[in-house]
This record gives sequence, structure tokens and C-alpha cells, in this order.
Amino acid sequence: MTVLLFIEQLLNSLQLGVTLFLMAAGLTLVFGIMNMVNLAHGSFYMIGAYLCATLIQHTGSLLLSVPLAILGAAAVGLVVELTTLRALYQRDHLDQVLATFGLILFFNELVKVLWGPGAILIDVPALLSGRVELIPGAPYPVYRLVVLAAGLAIAVFLWWLIARTRLGMLIRAGASNRTMVGALGVNIARLYSLVFALGCALAGFAGLMAGPIYGVEAGMGDAILIKTFVVIVIGGIGSIRGAFVAALIVGLVDTFGRILPVLLGLPAALAEMAIYLLMAGILFFKPAGLFPARG
Amino acid sequence: MALDRRAIVIAVLLGAFAVLPLAAELLDQTWYIGQFRKILIFAIAAVSLDLILGYGGMVCFGQAAFFGIGAYVVAILSWHAQRNIPVFGLFPGTKAIWITWPLAMLVAGSTAALIGLFSLRTAGIHFIMITLAFAQMIYFFFVSLRAYGGEDGLRFRSETTVFGLVDTRDEVGFYYVVYAILCLVLFLSWRLVRSRFGMVILGVRENERRMRALGFATFPYKLAAFTIAGAVSGLAGALFAVEESFISPAVMHWTRSGDLIVMVVLGGMGTLFGPVAGATLFLLMEKFIPDFTEHWKLIFGPAIVLIVLFAKHGLIGWAAPKGTQREGH
Repeated sequence: MTVLLFIEQLLNSLQLGVTLFLMAAGLTLVFGIMNMVNLAHGSFYMIGAYLCATLIQHTGSLLLSVPLAILGAAAVGLVVELTTLRALYQRDHLDQVLATFGLILFFNELVKVLWGPGAILIDVPALLSGRVELIPGAPYPVYRLVVLAAGLAIAVFLWWLIARTRLGMLIRAGASNRTMVGALGVNIARLYSLVFALGCALAGFAGLMAGPIYGVEAGMGDAILIKTFVVIVIGGIGSIRGAFVAALIVGLVDTFGRILPVLLGLPAALAEMAIYLLMAGILFFKPAGLFPARG
Repeated sequence: MALDRRAIVIAVLLGAFAVLPLAAELLDQTWYIGQFRKILIFAIAAVSLDLILGYGGMVCFGQAAFFGIGAYVVAILSWHAQRNIPVFGLFPGTKAIWITWPLAMLVAGSTAALIGLFSLRTAGIHFIMITLAFAQMIYFFFVSLRAYGGEDGLRFRSETTVFGLVDTRDEVGFYYVVYAILCLVLFLSWRLVRSRFGMVILGVRENERRMRALGFATFPYKLAAFTIAGAVSGLAGALFAVEESFISPAVMHWTRSGDLIVMVVLGGMGTLFGPVAGATLFLLMEKFIPDFTEHWKLIFGPAIVLIVLFAKHGLIGWAAPKGTQREGH
């Protein structure tokens, strides 16, 4: 493998990694704090992508569409939380899995009704459509670099939010001991809604960034959801730090897992299976993941 | 009294399944026979899931993968026999059902044992995600098997007689083969959950730590239950392969595993017969609601949410209520 190809794939894997992190962060927060497994998280990824595609078509403004789409995903998430999920926090995981499975069916069908069954191809915004030579002879799409940078920026923002703000303190406290935080006079229900909406905003952002790369279609959130599960299982459920490290690892393994078998003449079946084999290997030695969350 | 009522409900429904082909022929609606054969096949898979989900409390989100493996074992062996190419260049393929069906159970069961070895070290939410992830891995494995059709699937011809007695192309005959296997699976599962083994599995569901404190090594019990469920699901897949003479990775798509969970809960989990009723209702809805609206999932999705929130006892709990929702005392 040439060095240039290697660098290009490395960037691709980082870009997949940050996308996975945006998904995993929301999912793992919701699990850590509400003890809730949410299969419908991929739906907010899809909703973010659809909203952004539509907004760009109508307004033509990227700077306007992106925040609105993120807010839209968060708003849908808030409605879902208030109407449905709130009743599920005290239920067992099976109930949560089933109900959120029902939500997936609903949202996948809803976007088909609203936007039609076919995939929507959206162009990379003109502003970001060029290529740039990071190192001589290796042009790399600007858009993918922007995705990478935005993802990293969000990761830093999340770290700041959780480690340095009052809200973050409440989130961490809620993850350690919900009952105690409630007893201290914090409005737990509002905290839950806020965290859930935040997770949906992150998923929506990941989805709208992925739109121009992978296409926008019904069910687009499902494939990434399962990869996100792999990330969370590897990283340790409830751990943001674990989610970040695991997302980068899974991004690497998934990207290079597709190239190496071809280069080395191994069966192509290994390509799609690589991250799951990785997960199996890590689970065998560390059943609670790389960074088990405390408490 | 409640138990008697449940026994009556079960007897009535099993009786209805038994006379269904006759009624269908009398009414000249033979199309229903094939439809219900498929329902009974998925009912077997749903019962297998109930063994671990309802009785063991293991929320396996990958049951469709074992179903698919069972189906592919039959498909691949038959395909090789048809073309006279040795499997892996080692041994000849075969269409013989007395070999392919048990082998389907063996391969599906072994895969389940292997996956269980990893996933059963965890519990709760980990277990759900891990079984889902492994099932997805198996799905992608078959998608990438280009030699066997990959995503497009594989068409093949299996043996046309079951043990030389019944012709699989005979609508009614094969229906009764499937029916007999379902009854056998129900009976053996019923015996199993009432055995000492079944009691340990129930104990693990209620409180695994306490079971360990009582001196039970719970892991081998869970692994055994998981393996049995995988093998039975593989058998259902093997029946499905013969039924369709075609198999594609679509049957093990992750939503199919979700559908199986819905069937079990819809019918009433931890009741063995409930999942049969659940599979029947689910597949009939899946078949007939699209006739009214193309976007039936728009209704079905929220319906699942409502069932979870308000009607967890399932069909069997509604038709024949009992003191407790789940069996096992």
C-alpha cells in the first residue's frame, strides 16, 4: 500500500470515527443517566439528514440549514421523550428495546411518506466541495476534512460541557446516583429531557454531515446504529471517554478492514465482519469494555 | 381454574391449526395452507426465542441469525448436491432431509454456543447489543458469500420427500410435517422448562446472584439454554428453506430478530404457546394490513409502543389470565 493511499484511508477512518462518536456520545449518555437502551437513536440521525437536505433545498443557505436541522432533530427527540420514552425509564430493558424498535418502524415509514421511498442525493455544499492537497500529490475532499474538524470540535465541546459546567456536573451526578440528585432538589425529569434532546441533536448533526457522503434514505440510521452499539460495547457503556477511544478504533478497523483483505488476498467476507470480530476479541478479555463506567 | 382455561385455549388453537388444511380445502381457499405453513415455521422460531427470552430472561436480539444459518445449511448442501460439486471440495452435498435438517440444527446450535460463550459473560443491555452485533456479523457474512448468491440469495432444490413418507411439494402433507414438528417442539420445551434444568433457568431469570449463592454454576445452564434455542431456531430455518426452495440473507436481517421478539411479547412471553399465537397474529397482520395501506408500519410501530406500555401480558394472558404474568412455579 502506498503512503498516499494510507494517509487518505487514515483520514477516512478518522472521519468515520468522529461520526460514530457523535452517535455513541448521545446513546451512552442516555444509557448512563436514564439506564435506557434506545434503538431509535439512529432515527434522529436520519431525521437530521432529511431535515438538512430539505432546508438546503428551500433556503439555499448552509449556515441557516445546519443549526435548524440540529434543532429540529432535538425537537423531535424532545417530543418522543415526553410522549413515550419517559414512561419507559422505569421499565426493564426488553420493554425499552421493543418500544424503541416500534419507533424505528414508525420513523422509517414516516420519512418514506413525507419524502418518498427513494434515496435523496444531496450535493456537498459548493463552499466545501473542492479538494485540498494536504501533502503534495494527495488531494483530499475539503468536505470530509470539515466533517472531521467539526466532529473533533464537538468532542471538545462535550468534554467541556461535562467536565466544566454546572449542567455537566448534574449529568455526572445523575449517572452516579439518580435518586440522590433528585433528593437534593434537582428537577430530574427536566435533566432527562435535556440530556435526551442533546443526544438527539448530536445524532442529527452526525446524520446531516453524513448525508452528502453516504446518501440520505429511509433506514440510513439503522446500519450506523449497530456500529454505534459496537463502539459502546467496546468503550464501556456509559463512558464518554470510552466512546471516543472506541469510535476511533472502530473507524480505523472498519476502514482498513475493507482494504486489507483486498490487498492481502483474504476473503472479502472479512471486510464487513472486522469490527464484530474486534468486539468479540475485546469482550473476551474485558467483558465490561475498555473503560467501564463507574457505579 | 385459570390453568384449565389456558389448557382449553391452547387445545382449541392447536386443534384449529390441525383442521385448517381440511377447512381450507372444503372452502376452496387452499392458498391459506401455504400461508399458515409459514406461520407455523416462524412459530417454531418464536418458541425457541421464548425459551431464552421468556424463561431465561436473556433478551437475544439475534435469533433470526440462527434461523438463517439453519436455512443456509439446507440450501448450500442441496445446491452442492444438485451441481455435484463437493462442499469446500471435501465432501459431497446432499439433498437428503434426514441429513440436512439435523445438520442445520447442529451448525445453528454450535454457532449459538460460540456466540453465547462471548455474549453470556455479560447481561442486560450489553447482552442485547452484543447479540445484535453478532447477528449483524453473520448477516454480512452471508451477504458477502458471492459463491452462494450473496445478497441476491440462492435458489436450490431440496429432497422432495420427508423420510420417504411425505412429499414436500404436497401442500397439505408438508403442512402436517411442520405442524407435527411444532407440536414436538412445544412438548419438549414444555418438558424442558418443567425439568430441574428449566427451574435453574427460571431461577437465573429471577435472581442470578442468588442462584450462584445456592451453589449453581449458572453459566453452563445459560449456555445450554442458548444453544438449544439456537438449534431449534435453526430447525425452523431448515423447514423454511425447504418451504421456499430459496434463501437470501434478508431472513436474518436484524429487523427479523426484532420481529421475533415482538411475536413472543405479543403472544405472551414465558408461556411457550403464547409465541405461537403471537407469530400467527403478527404474520397475518404483516400479510393483510398492506392490502389496506402501503404504509402499515406507520400504524404498526406505534401499536408496538402501545402494547409495551399498556398490554404486556400478551394474547395468551388476555385470553386466559393467570395469577402471574409469566409461568414457572
